[in-house]
Amino acid sequence: MTTTPLRPVKLPDPFQTGLDGGWRVIDASTLVADQMFEADVAIVGSGAGGGTAADILSAAGLRVILIEEGPLATSSSFHMREESAYPELYQESAARKTEDHAINILQGRCVGGGTTVNWTSSFRTPPSTLQHWQSHHAVKELGQADLAPWFERMETRLNISPWTVAPNENNDALRRGAQALGIASAAIRRNVKGCWNIGYCGTGCPTNAKQSMLVTTIPAALERGATLLVRTRAWKLEHANGHVDELVCASLDSRGTDPTARRIRVRAKTFVLSGGAIGSPALLLRSKAPDPYGVAGKRTFLHPTVVSAAKMPQRVDGYAGAPQTIYSDHFLDSAPLDGPIGYKLEAPPLHPILVATTLPGHGIAHAEWMRDFAYMQVLIALMRDGFHPESAGGTVNLRTDGTPVLDYPLNAYFWEGARRALATMAEIQFAAGAVRVAPLHASGASYSSWAQAKAGIAALPLQAMVAPVVSAHVMGGCPMGADPRRAVVDASGRHHYLDNAYVLDGSLFPTSIGANPQLSIYAISAKLASALGARLRRGAAGGD
Amino acid sequence: MPETVTPSSRITRRTLLKAGIAGGAALAMLRWLYMSDGQSATPSANPTSLDASAREILAAIVPELLKGAIPPEDAFGASAEVLAGVERAIAGLPPATRKELDELFSLLAFAPTRCLVAGVWSSWPKASPDAIAEFLDRWRDSGFALLRSAYGALHQLVLAAWYGNPRSWSAIGYPGPPSLEFGA
Repeated sequence: MTTTPLRPVKLPDPFQTGLDGGWRVIDASTLVADQMFEADVAIVGSGAGGGTAADILSAAGLRVILIEEGPLATSSSFHMREESAYPELYQESAARKTEDHAINILQGRCVGGGTTVNWTSSFRTPPSTLQHWQSHHAVKELGQADLAPWFERMETRLNISPWTVAPNENNDALRRGAQALGIASAAIRRNVKGCWNIGYCGTGCPTNAKQSMLVTTIPAALERGATLLVRTRAWKLEHANGHVDELVCASLDSRGTDPTARRIRVRAKTFVLSGGAIGSPALLLRSKAPDPYGVAGKRTFLHPTVVSAAKMPQRVDGYAGAPQTIYSDHFLDSAPLDGPIGYKLEAPPLHPILVATTLPGHGIAHAEWMRDFAYMQVLIALMRDGFHPESAGGTVNLRTDGTPVLDYPLNAYFWEGARRALATMAEIQFAAGAVRVAPLHASGASYSSWAQAKAGIAALPLQAMVAPVVSAHVMGGCPMGADPRRAVVDASGRHHYLDNAYVLDGSLFPTSIGANPQLSIYAISAKLASALGARLRRGAAGGD
Repeated sequence: MPETVTPSSRITRRTLLKAGIAGGAALAMLRWLYMSDGQSATPSANPTSLDASAREILAAIVPELLKGAIPPEDAFGASAEVLAGVERAIAGLPPATRKELDELFSLLAFAPTRCLVAGVWSSWPKASPDAIAEFLDRWRDSGFALLRSAYGALHQLVLAAWYGNPRSWSAIGYPGPPSLEFGA
């Protein structure tokens, strides 16, 4: 009698199964000749906006082509290793910088965009943000009641639901510290189904539990016959007389860094820009889209974020367990929107590269903090930018090679909030039991009591590249609104001067969201894409 | 744990002024050199490998940036792996960023700017650990945003290359990613 040896059982990879079943996916890095494609709708970008639009428009019976700059990477290639995931799945190897290098931007660049690598935090757009858009930016169509059905629809689609598993210690410290100080905190809802609670959302979900575009809307669109081009950089819209005829794309090489000589032309009746709040304005700028008031790429927001590290007496193991499960909006809710800048508090995942590159300094001091990596607890404060005259955001510019770079100056208004936020986080961390707190700062300053921290932080010289600032949320730059002097697109998402070009992504927002933006992008894109689908169908039927 | 330090003791008005005068002159000189010799500002023809001078600079600064982190019993081997990791990371960056880094390494390699801007008076392989440590501190605390950003680039490349390497993990108590395959 023979025994069958135990063999590793691979986790399923439904995307690969779909590919085997004939989904149309073309990797432009492998093209040997120029190509031309035709479709009803060409969608640039496959993240929260583009994925949602592809699902809805393909379901409306339209022929859809999705154009993605990044690679196709699926669950069987997600190995939970930062050193390979960052170059593969993120813009500029997760080291994208603002023009003066002061802010490091984490932004996805792969099929599924940011949704493939985000930390699953799901918030409806805060009502105060929507009210501000109505009162200050003439956006009348996105009231709470208007959006409620779209939130519900996308929450159902992506299984956005309360996370009932106990928070990991990194998040529990936020809950405990806030509670000790009488500051309200709550649990974050997550877009997961059967999550294993392993904590590697940021390097691509290896179990397909995260309900990203990669496992939900994009497979649905491909199943309906949509085409997906990857390693394809949308370069220029060819337009005349207020109408876009064609999109010219460059193929990227197999590393995904350099364009090759291959050109891909996409002809479509309608073009949807979902390249994110740096990519979408950049495409309009490269295309010299009509913009008499110079609005495109202005007022780009980041939720610029400052960071506080603490040493706890016990192990925290911040790399393990769902990454962001507790938040506090106390410092958003207790301050007027148009006053000093408010901030949201969260506790991020802690992985070696992310931590080591964010901790300033080097040598012995840096190594000592890293030696305590497993005891490290980290809080982040995300600044709600764009609500005050002193918070005008950044500007997307084009480099000489045509690629975009965001100029985002950090001014006194921001640093005043950063200082308050660093103090808040230190106080919460000490209240949660920290033995030492370091508001991240080039001086290496750290404190062993709240009293010491309070005095120290008040005197810290804060400026660019002295206190690290990071961002994982790029928003704005193609704001919606009725007034073309202030908005790039109208309330339907249509470009004010190009009758068949739409923007459906986070660049639509007139300000930042004041919360992790994925659900705002899903709901608003779903609303606009549904209306667009209905209009295009009527058009095809011979109407309008 | 690092001791509490008064940050103002590091970034003083005097260091700021010193960096200002020396740095300003050197940057003007560098710009002039680039304009008179277009070649030096052009990224290397092969984007996937660093030239010998860039490797020399990295080999000199890696042990200082990672002092206390790399194992002393195999500092040479660990540094070589970090160097290879930095090289891989640079190859994965977009052309505009590679060009910026190429300019940075040219500035550090060219003796006059190495002396004036970095304050390192001997060639990189001969520079003392103290001189390199002082250079890194000076750039980190510089009054010039440009020099702080250059420090930031070296910091990010080198620290990512080390802490992305599984060899660094046991010392920091990181067990690595879990195994997800049954029966494996």
